[in-house]
Amino acid sequence: MDATGGEMEPAVPEHLTKTRRGEPVTFLEAIAEALFEEMEHDERVFLLGEDIGAYGGAFKVTRGFLEHFGSDRVIDTPIAEGGFTGAAAGAAHMGLRPVVEMQFMDFVSPAYDVITNYVATSLYRGAGPLPLVIRGPVGGGNRGGPFHSQNVEMAFFHTPGLKIVYPSTAYDAKGLLKAAIRDDNPVIFEEHKGLYRAPSLREVLPDEDYVVPLGRARTVRSGDDVTIVTYGSMVYRSLEAADVAEHEDGISVEILDLRTLLPLDEDAIVESVRSTGKLLVVHEDTRTGGIAGEVAMRVSERAFEWLDGPMLRVTAIDAPVPYAATLEDYFLPQSRDVLAAVRYLARY
Amino acid sequence: MPARRVRKGVPERRVTLAATDPPAAGLDRSQLLDLYRWMYLARVAEERLEILQRQGHITGSIYRGLGQEAGAVGAAYALHRRDDGSGDVLAHTVRATGALFLFGGRPIDLFRQYLARSTSPTGGRETNVHWVDDARGIIGPVSPLGTMLEVMAGVALSFRMREEKRVGVAFCGDGASSTGAWHEGLGFAAAQRVPLVLMVEANQWAFSTPTSRNTRVVSFADKAPAYGIEAQSVDGTDVVAVWEATRRAADRARGGGGVQMVEMRYFRRLGHAQHDPQDYVDPEVLAAWKERDPLDRHGARLLDSGSASEEELERLRNEIDVEIREAAERAVAEPTPSGEDALGRVYTDVSTPVPWTRREGVDRGVG
Repeated sequence: MDATGGEMEPAVPEHLTKTRRGEPVTFLEAIAEALFEEMEHDERVFLLGEDIGAYGGAFKVTRGFLEHFGSDRVIDTPIAEGGFTGAAAGAAHMGLRPVVEMQFMDFVSPAYDVITNYVATSLYRGAGPLPLVIRGPVGGGNRGGPFHSQNVEMAFFHTPGLKIVYPSTAYDAKGLLKAAIRDDNPVIFEEHKGLYRAPSLREVLPDEDYVVPLGRARTVRSGDDVTIVTYGSMVYRSLEAADVAEHEDGISVEILDLRTLLPLDEDAIVESVRSTGKLLVVHEDTRTGGIAGEVAMRVSERAFEWLDGPMLRVTAIDAPVPYAATLEDYFLPQSRDVLAAVRYLARY
Repeated sequence: MPARRVRKGVPERRVTLAATDPPAAGLDRSQLLDLYRWMYLARVAEERLEILQRQGHITGSIYRGLGQEAGAVGAAYALHRRDDGSGDVLAHTVRATGALFLFGGRPIDLFRQYLARSTSPTGGRETNVHWVDDARGIIGPVSPLGTMLEVMAGVALSFRMREEKRVGVAFCGDGASSTGAWHEGLGFAAAQRVPLVLMVEANQWAFSTPTSRNTRVVSFADKAPAYGIEAQSVDGTDVVAVWEATRRAADRARGGGGVQMVEMRYFRRLGHAQHDPQDYVDPEVLAAWKERDPLDRHGARLLDSGSASEEELERLRNEIDVEIREAAERAVAEPTPSGEDALGRVYTDVSTPVPWTRREGVDRGVG
């Protein structure tokens, strides 16, 4: 309030005006801009999470938010993921649109109960939709060890009622997060921490209020010989492999970035496989019970006659995420693994 | 059981001991009769569930709150009940049928829920008291215990954020108080000082496990100081005592005093569910608690104080008996959902596919 009692619009923090100024933003900045713009656009949107206020979050996604929006809309919580996710569910029930930050998505597990039993079932139980976003950093490659590196999609993939989003570009991250916040269904939103500040991902975003609709895959690269279905950081491992395969082997690879894992864009997957006849699924998540199995079943159901080879996958190994660089690099799928699989399939 | 409890090591300022001697509590004659009416309604509705189950109409479990009616009714009677979405919000439990009814949940809907009728508030997708009515401020529970504390912390947070003079009221049994969700929800709510009233149904059992195997505290009010919240401990068989304690708690919460706990001390006089014969309970203890039956106690109070005559009470009971029987008969006559209703609404905007094996001609290799 200024001296005359009128509302004084607090200035937008400088670091959140890059798109407005036509400057490129990182993946992380794109996410911060999406959150900020949605909070400005809709006063029902508020944030809950650990150390997101004065500290600005473990990765500084919400830096400057507390000063701008106040402690009622940027709520520092106790270390109680179940408690504050449940509280977000209650607030969503009352018509607010909370966005929950998990400091690391590895720590979502205490909230598994309320997410799967309460949040995901709400609409079906006749208790109404719960517009709620649970977002946070995932993924390995940062030497974070077993508890700061996990991918959590498959813990929730099996739960009807949830949506799961996993962007790979700054443009998509911003547009998908905005769409997730505006969605009337609960959304798990995974942000690969290796992409957060990757210089190669910096891009100038449209200075407009755009969204990327949930549930639609993106063709990253068109090709004729092999379809790679992937998402998140593996989009880049796949691109590296595809470039080599093209230049060294003359193999034409099509890459599909799922972007939304639940619901799966089955039509896009089927269409691509029907055109190439070969399917490789690449995910950073561990192998058994990974999304590759589901993708392969969908293709088997709808594109079996078009297949000219086995459906294969490149994934992390079935182990906890190890700490040592040598171990983690072995654990994670690398572009050479993707390349080997592409060559194998192309020659099949 | 003593109505007043003073425990060592509990800061007096945090624990207010509620004891009331009606009719000094501020309830007039018609209100006292009202309390009797609601308790009787809850009891008879639950008795009707047993009849429906014996008749083979109910296939799932049934749960009763025998001996706990005063807690549910006394608490809900003290709250702001509205039907336009502007009142207090209740998260009851399966043993707080009276609170559900007071907030506007209808007995026929309880029957429809148990009977899995398509006309039920959840269309047969959920059972018993698990339903939501936002206009009336009802958020039915889910089966995982403690979750509703987390959820109601957020409901109450929305009241604080919007500067609404409303309170959230969460019931929980003493088994729920052992969960992590209970701790996390209460801790968050207390730290945020949201207007939440927690009604602890201290009925001394978590299924077959006695309180002593759930916690070392003798009273759940003893847990309150650890959360920095205020608590009262009341005789849960005394509907007026519960009413007064809840009114006081709700006033404090509404006035910005943060989370309030009211522990209602009583006894679960039937098994966890109808399938539990409760043979682990000493029959003498059960008999003693039967002597403290909340309905009988309140009825005697009405008669002794001249607030009602025996004929009046009997007329009231007869009316409710008829109402409940007719509601049950109506519910029984209603249809169950058709199978494909299971597809339901899982998402607001994505439909659930029909299983491909149910498509015409699949078994003949076409389709």
